[in-house]
This record gives sequence, structure tokens and C-alpha cells, in this order.
Amino acid sequence: MSPSVREGWEVVIGLEIHAQLATASKIFSGSATAYGAAPNSQAGLVDLGYPGTLPVLNQAAVRMAVKFGLATGARIAPRSIFARKNYFYPDLPKGYQISQYERPVVEGGSLEIVAEDGSRKVIGITRAHLEEDAGKSLHEGLPDASGIDLNRAGTPLLEIVSEPDLRSAREAVAYLKKVHTLVRYLEICDGNMQEGSFRCDANVSVRRQGATELGTRCEIKNVNSFRYVEKAIHFEVARQIDVLEGGGKIVQETRLYDSARDETRPMRSKEEANDYRYFPDPDLLPLAIEPDLIEAVRATLPELPDEKAGRFAAAYGLSPYDAGVLTASRELADYYEAVVAAVGAGTAAAKLAANWVMGDLSAALNRDGLDVAAARVGATGLAGLLRRIQDDTISGKIAKEVFELMWAEQRPADAVIDAKGLRQITDGAAIEAAIEAVMAANPKQLAEYRAGKDKLFGFFVGQAMKATHGKANPAQLNELLLKKLAAP
Amino acid sequence: MSLTRSDVEAIARLARLEITAAELPVYADSLSKILSFVEQLNSAQTASTEPMAHPLAGELQRLRPDAVTETDQREKFQRNAPLVVAGLYVVPKVIE
Amino acid sequence: MTLHTRSVAELAAGLAHKEFSAVELAEHFLARIDAANGALNAFVTVTAERALAQARRADAARAAGRAGPLTGVPIAHKDLFCTDGVRTSCGSRMLDNFVAPYDATVVERLDAAGTVSLGKTNMDEFAMGSSNETSYYGPVRNPWDPRCVPGGSSGGSAAAVAARLAPAATGTDTGGSIRQPAALVGVSGIKPTYGRVSRYGLVAFASSLDQAGVLAPAAADCALLLAAMAGFDPRDSTSVDRPVPDYVAELGAPLRGVRIGVLEEFLGPGLEAATGALVTAAIAELGRQGAEVVAVSCPNLPLSVPTYYVVAPAECSSNLSRFDGVRFGHRCREPRDLTDLYTRSRGEGFGPEVKRRIMTGTYVLSAGYFDAYYLKAQKVRTLISDDFKRAFGRVDLLVGPTSPTPAFAIGAKVDDPITMYLNDIYTIGANLAGLPAMSVPCGFVGQLPVGLQLIAPHFGESRLLAAAHAYQLATDFHRRLPAAYA
Repeated sequence: MSPSVREGWEVVIGLEIHAQLATASKIFSGSATAYGAAPNSQAGLVDLGYPGTLPVLNQAAVRMAVKFGLATGARIAPRSIFARKNYFYPDLPKGYQISQYERPVVEGGSLEIVAEDGSRKVIGITRAHLEEDAGKSLHEGLPDASGIDLNRAGTPLLEIVSEPDLRSAREAVAYLKKVHTLVRYLEICDGNMQEGSFRCDANVSVRRQGATELGTRCEIKNVNSFRYVEKAIHFEVARQIDVLEGGGKIVQETRLYDSARDETRPMRSKEEANDYRYFPDPDLLPLAIEPDLIEAVRATLPELPDEKAGRFAAAYGLSPYDAGVLTASRELADYYEAVVAAVGAGTAAAKLAANWVMGDLSAALNRDGLDVAAARVGATGLAGLLRRIQDDTISGKIAKEVFELMWAEQRPADAVIDAKGLRQITDGAAIEAAIEAVMAANPKQLAEYRAGKDKLFGFFVGQAMKATHGKANPAQLNELLLKKLAAP
Repeated sequence: MSLTRSDVEAIARLARLEITAAELPVYADSLSKILSFVEQLNSAQTASTEPMAHPLAGELQRLRPDAVTETDQREKFQRNAPLVVAGLYVVPKVIE
Repeated sequence: MTLHTRSVAELAAGLAHKEFSAVELAEHFLARIDAANGALNAFVTVTAERALAQARRADAARAAGRAGPLTGVPIAHKDLFCTDGVRTSCGSRMLDNFVAPYDATVVERLDAAGTVSLGKTNMDEFAMGSSNETSYYGPVRNPWDPRCVPGGSSGGSAAAVAARLAPAATGTDTGGSIRQPAALVGVSGIKPTYGRVSRYGLVAFASSLDQAGVLAPAAADCALLLAAMAGFDPRDSTSVDRPVPDYVAELGAPLRGVRIGVLEEFLGPGLEAATGALVTAAIAELGRQGAEVVAVSCPNLPLSVPTYYVVAPAECSSNLSRFDGVRFGHRCREPRDLTDLYTRSRGEGFGPEVKRRIMTGTYVLSAGYFDAYYLKAQKVRTLISDDFKRAFGRVDLLVGPTSPTPAFAIGAKVDDPITMYLNDIYTIGANLAGLPAMSVPCGFVGQLPVGLQLIAPHFGESRLLAAAHAYQLATDFHRRLPAAYA
């Protein structure tokens, strides 16, 4: 049970995810979709809603929607319809958004997540439909006014609507991450939440444990990071329970998550009940998706995250958790497999590679804010390092030092090892000499050890390692040390 | 169907049209007449009839290749704009 | 010179034989506009300099041996076709200051064909009207009787052609807006099949009904111009990718053996007797030329007006939402807030008929009323369309009147929208079903012209034009000019 849920209450959450599709041009026009261009420099006649202009659908957007549908086991509608959703807002140039209403392109899919109790749970995907994004209102720099940038207007979106199957903020985040991973695997969305390529609204309601009717829900907008989704839901659940326990009623409304204050509040722009007056867009004809197209798209499907994780667990002897982490993105999984391929077969090597990818590599990427594609130690480089661990050239501990140097200097492992003289000492005589020197320098500790104070063994390991500058083979050192310390 | 003044006010609000108090009864009257007129449609039997959204039945949506064909013409397009600052269309403050 | 009494085809021939130059021709028509537009109010913008520049290019093209059949022919454009660099007002205060930054496909094609654009013609505001009285720029006068309307919404184009201020003009027809004014001013006008001519750059009124066409003295002229306008346009998803027949070459197809259905529903009580008599006589003439004339019924056709007054307002209410005072068009002074910006800009920018239709459309699409009005109308539209389909199983063309009466007095119907809407009772059906239809002059009641309407199956423009042409070879109504403009 999630910490925010009070005894006796159940939380019901459904997510509406807006994934910007990674097309070069907009959904209904030939304008570019690149992020960060000068304001309105990518707003063409169609995007601006200029009188007389007409929409023409981008085939890549359709293929991407089909791809998502196939990857979630959904039905692909042989005929789907574009509708107009009518409302006035300055970021909506035509006064209506072209979307899909009654007949979306994708219906009835599902994804599996790991639930709170560790079990697997299937989350239903009600529908996924194509629509156009709106522009942006900017509020800074203009007194009592807003500036409208319509570069984003007309960017293709896939709106992915889940069933209200999620029962906690953590499940919501797990599902959101699952979808995030999937769309990036499919290469239909770059998943960049900071740039708004992947956004999420949460429909949240609570009900008494055991109740069968759904409670009144609130839609929380603007929850655009995994962390905010969790926090916003926690806040909203607590708020709703407070209201209900205080004898109040939940008003169905749209609320905005304010991350600075960590609270949700009603959106003023949505106060008036909206009557969107949906009707079929007469400028667009029914969208036909023929079996040929579906099969062509199916042929482009990559190995999906769950399949890949299953294969990793089986082939590399990884735990389901590790397999999940390593397949969280296609790039990370590819990196891992490249390392494994280079260090050779065997589950020991595969596990060693897993530990390094999830450990030092991920830590370094996080620290420097880099994607795996931009890692300063590539898969070949890391494999080179791991081979030196395997052949006892260096110890695991020294390897960490070598890795940092490789990262900083972008040199191969062998070059770093040689330059710094970090090659492991495996010469028994040299290690014995070092041990003897340590024993000679610490007669008091030696006497105590021999009198039975076993825990001083660690002290001698440390001293001997220090004497060899950490380069002694640890197993050999242990073995020799035991022997030397025992024999008077 | 007979519309009241407040019905007309509600429709005008939804359509974002300013209608003066003097105009309200005029629109209430003419809109009521139009709605009554179109209620003739109820005489048609349509229980098993499909709605027609488009005059050429069977035509399907054509798809466009995903190619960028537009260039930046902001300056030209914004010549028609009533108020622009730094390339942005300016409106009274948007409150979210 | 009496250049203006010639048809488009005759002018094209004169240009080809170098009887006169394109510049001379343009100057001639510009002078006529100059002299007559004050009285008729047919043009809202005259682009004399551009016209002369185009005419010079046309003459140069001809000298270089690159002339086509329309090179140097002057035309006018209804002011809802976007014209790059020229104001496109749609007859509305909303777009009084709007200079389109691009050309409509129709404009582009006619330019490419070498036509010379004289200017932009007056129209009912956003094409919403049947009398040209809803224009922000004031009513257009009927050249046959200045006290009367020219019909609408392409009233400026119709009056311009009738008074020969232009040899031809483009128009749009959403519920009869080419055919009804053509009938009321005694010219020929064709509304092609939905999807035959691109809608790109045509400011939308009702997207599933709008279709661009042309008004000219004769059917043969319409064939010549339509040939240049028609064809697939990848920028319009509803444009149909289908070859364009050679309308001019097919004009000669005889009427013998053509089965013509007389629509019973069009000859009922609403039809004024004198108009009906002329239409009946015209149908008899078609029979004399060998057409097989039979009676045909489309029982749901009387529901076309109520169907239209749900569907068209619904689409217009959405299409006109883009006029919000932000990116183009009228913006109110000193808006207090966003809502004020919208409501006042739109309240001030749109005239009463446009507001009425936007509100009707908003209402029929709104929650709780959608099924009863919009969905019901879409179903009745199917019934009407099916009626036509059945009729065209029996006949090749349908005929009837274009309008129930000749031109009426300015101001006569402005107070009663229903009476005004019923003007389009015979024309709306073709729009609902997407069919090609045209109106040709078939006589006069007093001094006012009357039109005969012909309707063909989808993409049957060739037969439509050929039948109208055959009729015009036997009659001269289309050659008559109002005395004041002869």
C-alpha cells in the first residue's frame, strides 16, 4: 500500500499520455517539427489556421500509431475518423483541434507492469488516437499579456488513454515509465519530457475500500515528470480523502499541478464547462488502414522491452530486476549486449557486464547528465576493462579507478593500466615480501593476532594492500597472509 | 423549438460572439424560427440510415509523405497580425 | 469596340488571331468597370495595375508562341479566393484589412493558364446569403434592374459578367451561390462535382458543401474555364485524383438519346407560374433536340433546405472560429481580457447573418442537441443523396428551375431568414449530394432573366456542359445584355 493512501480507501487512476510523434513534418502540414526554433518560424499557413488552408494527413504519423497499436496488442481500426474538437484558446489557431473521437485508430491494447506487491499486472489501454498539438502561450516579458508561439501547433500527437486500472501513484509511474520505454523502443517518440515530447494528465478518484462505483474524478494537468506524477497524485489523493472524510463532495474538474508548491489547484481556464461540439472533420476523409500497411509496419517492429528483458534473464542468467533495468532503453540494452559480446560467453561474464553497466557506467552517465549514446567509455572500451578483470591483470577495485581514468581521458583500459602501473601483482614472491615487511613493521599487532585476536586479519590485508599500492591480487594476498600470519 | 434570451446568451457565449441586449430578442426570434423550420426533418424515417459526413461516399483519406516542404515565412504571415512582439502573437494575459 | 459583347470563346479567338492584344482587352474591361462599378457595386477591389502587368505578360507569351487557349482573357475572382498580395475580404468587416499571403489553387491555375485578373468581386459575407445583401461593402445591383438583387452569394461575379465588366468570373457554390445568381442575372454558371476543383485557398463556409466554379455568358465559356480550374490538388484532401475530361472537345455531344428527368418536386406550388412556364418551355426545347424527357421523383428533396440549414451552419460555426483577432482579421480596440478580445472582435467583425448562422451551427452541435439536429440532418442527407442515385439509375440528367422566382427587390426578404433560405430550394440538393449542376438562361419574366437548372451524376460535367451548349445553340437568351450595359 502506498504511503499516501489512508486505511479504508482505494485509489483509482487512469492516465492520458500525449506522445509527440517523431515525424519530420507536422501531422497536417509540411512545416518542420524541430524543437527550439525561433518563435513562429515553424508555423506555416496551415498551422496558423489561415483562411482557405486545408489539412493533409502525414503518413508517418499513421504508421507510428499503427506501430504502437501492434506493440500493445491492440486492434487497428480499418476505418477511423478525424473529428473537430471546438474550443477557443489562443494557442489553438483554428478554434478547433483535429482529433479522433468516436472511431480512434487504436483500440483495446494493454501493457504489463510490476504492481506494488511485486506481482505482474495488466493495465488496459482503452484507445490511442492521432491528433494535433496546440501552440504555446508564453507569459514572461509581456506586462498583462501573453505571447503565442505556434511552432508546436500541428505537431502530431498520439494520445494514449489507459483504463482506470492503476491503484496507486507508484503503479501510475510504473505504467508511465513502461509507455515511455515502449515509445522510445518503437522510435515513435523521443520521450523528452523536459521539451514536452511526452506529457501526462492523470485522472484521479478515490473510493471506500470495497466500493464498486467509481468516485468522482479530477483531471490533473501538467504532470510532466515521473516524480511530479507521483507527487501530484499523492497530493490529490490526500486532498480528495480529506474532502470526503470531512463530509464534502468531490467536484469533477480540471486541476493544475503546481510543482513549486507541490499542490493541485483548479484551472481557471477550464472553469466553464466545455461543450466541445465534436463532429467529423469535413476536410478529412475516413482514414483507411489496410492489412498490407499493418503487415508492413509489423515487419518493422523491434524486439519489445518485455521480450528483450525475458531474453536477457534467460540468456544471461540475470534477475528479472536487472533484466528490466538493462532493457529500460533500447540504447542501454544494445550497449550491454555489445559489452557481453566482446567479453565472451558465460553467465559469469554476463553478470560482471551487468554489474558494471548498471553500476559504474550508469553512475558516470548520471553524474555527467549524458545519454548512453554519449558515454565517454564505449561498449568496446568497457569490455576491454572487464577482460583485464577476468584475466586478473587488475582487481575489481583497481578497475573502478581505471574506469574513471578511461572516462576522463578517453583512453583504452590497457593504456591506462600501463601508464599508471596498475597491473596487478600476481608474483607470489613479491607479495610474500610485502607481507613480511608489514609483519616486521607491526610486531604488536602480530602478537595480538597470534594470541587469538582474529579480527586483526583485516588490518594486515589493508597494510599489505597499501604496501603493494593496491595492486596485489586480492585472493593471492589473502591466501599468503593467512599462511604467514599463522606460522610463527 | 423556441429559444429564450438566456438560451441565445449561452449560445453566443459558446460561440464567442458579443450580442447586445437589443439584439437578443431579434436573434431569439430568428433562431427559433430556423430551428422550428428545420424540425421538418423529423418527418423523415431514418432509423436504419447511416449519417453522411461527406458527399463522395467511398473516397478515403490520402496520405502525405513525411517531408518538410515549408520554409520560414513568419514576416510575411505576421503582416496580417494585429499585434506582434518579438515574433509572438500578443493576446491579453492567458490564465491557466 | 464592342469587345465586351463577345463570349470568352470569341475573345480567346480574337486574341489568337491578334485582332486585339491582351492589354487592349484588359484596358477595355477596366474602363467598363470604372464606368459602371459605382452603380453596380460588383467589385470590391479592382487590381488595374496587376491586370495590365498580367496582360503584358500574356501578350509577351503569345508573341513567344507560348499562348494557351485562355492566355490574355480577363476574369474576375470572387473575393473569397485567396490572392497573394491582394486583399481577400470575403465581403466581411472581419477581413477588411486582410491581404492573403498566398494564392488559392484556382487562382494559381487560372494565372498559369494566362488569364488576366481584373479584381475581386463583391459577395454575401462569407458566402452566407442569396441576395448579396449581407456584404459589408453593400448590396450589388442587378444589371437588369438596379432595384433588384443579383442573387448570391456570388452576386458580384454574376453582376460583373451580366454587365460585361468581366468576360467571366469565378464563384463558389455551397447551396446555389453560383447557379442562383447566374439565373437571376441571365448568365451561365456551373458548380462542378464536389472534389473536382480544389478548395485550397477558398475561404471555407461549409467544407462538405463548398465547391468552386465559374460564371460566364455561355456554357462553352464555362467549359473553357473549368478545364483550366479542375483537377487534382494534393493540398486538398477532398480533391479527387481523377483525369479531367476535355470539356471543350466534348461540348459537341448531341442531345439525341440523352434521357432527361424532370424533377417533379421542383415543379410544385413554390414555383412562380411565369418562371415555371419558361422552364417547361426550355425542357420542351431539349426534347425537340432529341432528348428523351421523363418525369422523375426524388421524394426527400423537399427536405434539402432544412437539412442544409443544419449542416451548413454547423460546419460554418467551426470554420469561422479561426477569426479570433489574434493572427489576422479584425481585432477590437483595447480588449479587457481574452474573452473580451474574442467576443468583441467577432461581434464587431461579423455581420448579423453570419452571426445567426454561427449561432445556429453552435446550437445544433452542442451537447444534448447534436443527435436531434446534426446527426438527423446527416441521415436525411443520405436519403436525399440516395434519391439522386436512384434517379440517375433511370436518367442521364435532371432538369428543373434554378430559382423559384426571378430577381426580387433589394430589401424584400432581409427580415425573414426562412423566406430568404427558400430561394435556394432547387439548388441545395446538388450540394448535399455533391453533384455537378449548372444554370443557363432560359427566358425573361418582364425584363428579368430566368434560369434552367441541369444536374448530372458525379463527374458528369461533360454531359452537363454539352446539354447546356446544345440548348444555347438553339436559343439566344445567354447572348442578351441589359440595355444599360450593351
